[in-house]
Amino acid sequence: MDKAIKPETKLGPVPSTNIVPESDGGQVPVLETRDLGIDFGGLTAVTGFNMTVDRNEIAGLIGPNGAGKTTVFNLLTKVYRPTRGTILLDGRDTHNMTTVKINKAGIARTFQNIRLFSNLSVEDNVKIGMHNHINYGMWKGILRLPSYWKGEKQAHERAMELLSIFDMQDLAEKKAGSLPYGAQRRLEIVRALATKPLLLLLDEPAAGMNPSETAELMENIVKIRDTFQIAIMLIEHDMNLVMGICEKICVLNFGKIIAQGDPDTIRNHPQVIEAYLGKKREGEVRC
Amino acid sequence: MIMMKKTARSNAYTYALVIISFIIVQLLIKGGYISSSLQGQLVPICAYVVMAVSLNLTVGILGELSLGHAGFMSVGAFAGVVACISLENVIPITLLRVIVSMITGALCAGVAGVIIGVPVLRLKGDYLAIVTLAFGEIIKNIINCLYVGIDQLGLHVSFLTDANSLNLAPGGRVLIDGPLGITGIPKLSTFTMGFVLILITLFIVLNLIDSRAGRAIMALRDNRIAAESVGIHVTKYKMMAFVTSAALAGAAGTLFAMNFSTIIATKFSFNTSILVLVFVVLGGLGNIRGSIIAATVLTVLPEMLRQFNTYRMLLYAVVLILMMIATNNDVLKGHLENLRERLLPANYRKGKKGAENG
Repeated sequence: MDKAIKPETKLGPVPSTNIVPESDGGQVPVLETRDLGIDFGGLTAVTGFNMTVDRNEIAGLIGPNGAGKTTVFNLLTKVYRPTRGTILLDGRDTHNMTTVKINKAGIARTFQNIRLFSNLSVEDNVKIGMHNHINYGMWKGILRLPSYWKGEKQAHERAMELLSIFDMQDLAEKKAGSLPYGAQRRLEIVRALATKPLLLLLDEPAAGMNPSETAELMENIVKIRDTFQIAIMLIEHDMNLVMGICEKICVLNFGKIIAQGDPDTIRNHPQVIEAYLGKKREGEVRC
Repeated sequence: MIMMKKTARSNAYTYALVIISFIIVQLLIKGGYISSSLQGQLVPICAYVVMAVSLNLTVGILGELSLGHAGFMSVGAFAGVVACISLENVIPITLLRVIVSMITGALCAGVAGVIIGVPVLRLKGDYLAIVTLAFGEIIKNIINCLYVGIDQLGLHVSFLTDANSLNLAPGGRVLIDGPLGITGIPKLSTFTMGFVLILITLFIVLNLIDSRAGRAIMALRDNRIAAESVGIHVTKYKMMAFVTSAALAGAAGTLFAMNFSTIIATKFSFNTSILVLVFVVLGGLGNIRGSIIAATVLTVLPEMLRQFNTYRMLLYAVVLILMMIATNNDVLKGHLENLRERLLPANYRKGKKGAENG
């Protein structure tokens, strides 16, 4: 499916022209977006989204409800086709890629409203994540050739290894849909990790978790980054989590980036405060 | 490893069920306990079991409602029988010829599955169901207008005309005579062949489910968007399930057709598709063993109810409704569970009670 750049229609994404990956000593960012944007009909959902995520970096994407955060994730994973702009994944243009190819190229994600394979076991959910890393075909599976047994054995071992990050080995046989909410969120992360991503997108990983669970999740996110040496980008409303672990934060409001930088910059950024707390009137003292 | 053992054990029960039933029926036939009318039902039962199991792959495992499964059965039936008669002189060994015919039937139905799958699998839910229904009817009507004959020059095919326009050389034979279907089919299907076909079907379907491809198919059923996000190619795996299902239905069609001396296209109508769907739904979506049992019971049932004569179909409907209620009733399930506990060995009971107390 690797076609040359197709002739552009009006609605199609604009091709990246003369993009040369900035290679300063092999330090190509894992993700780089240039002027990314999408319109739904006449409505501009996201526009001018420029962001880079470096290797082993934890980046946060925050903003009020409806700011377009999940839309950005959907653009990055090609659930939506961008109307404008370029996404470079590890220096490669993702212009022609589909959701499936994006995953193969190295982006894995979780969903805001949990999307597990709820009728299947926890272990099978993780094994499905490994789909493109176990390599035996349909007939080899049906005829139970040696490559089947080898593949399944490896898959089982790796699934258990991955589940052990969140101490979920004991739940391996349980039906994914029967797990408590927090465990389902964790399983989604494990499943995403099983695809061996370069960049992990977490869409509100702490939603619905209590403070102690959130604290544990924060530790785990850092642990995952350190163990797997991957970049993580997360959307979150829990400011403790975002300020606690993100090295770079990007604030989105009405589809535009209003601020970008390290947690301290963001905390004191006037526009961010305005977006979250409203405009300060003349002479009013903010408590 | 325990998970694998669990599926393996469940699969072993399914194989055991089929093999033991086969042995029992064979013994009963030897002893003369089975009426000739019921003996005539044995091959159709096998064909329906294969149909139900294969449809379960589409409906239960892939999760797409297909109402045109009889269409694939008819493709398999006609292609298989044509192959069988045409190869009469080429392959004199009957068994080998039947195997080749079944493979031909399966391949043709598989090709039909690919052709229909490409447009159909782009749709979802109710729309997909309606379009499969339409394709089932289209297949029926195409075969209804199809004329195929054979002479020393090979196969002659004509569409929408009549048997004369086949221009057969003297000594040639009309195989498919449009709405009259195929007559003079060699009745080569046997119960044993049906049994082996069921085993092959089970082998393919059960092993497919418990493999990388099967997991991908079930992932699509449970959540398509998530499946895509972990890199599963939607069309590929949908097609895989759909075409496998169609090919197995084709083999079942060949088996079914070679049990009768005459076969016509209208035999594989919408009613047949619904009948098979009833087997699948009653046996439980995704439950292969359930499909086998439901297909067997519901094929034998009308025969058993023959003594009630006029009220036969009414009773059939009542039994069907009762079974649906019974299999979905928690109180009844509880009673069955109690009964099973009472019948099972004491050590099992103790173990279970111990677990309850602890």
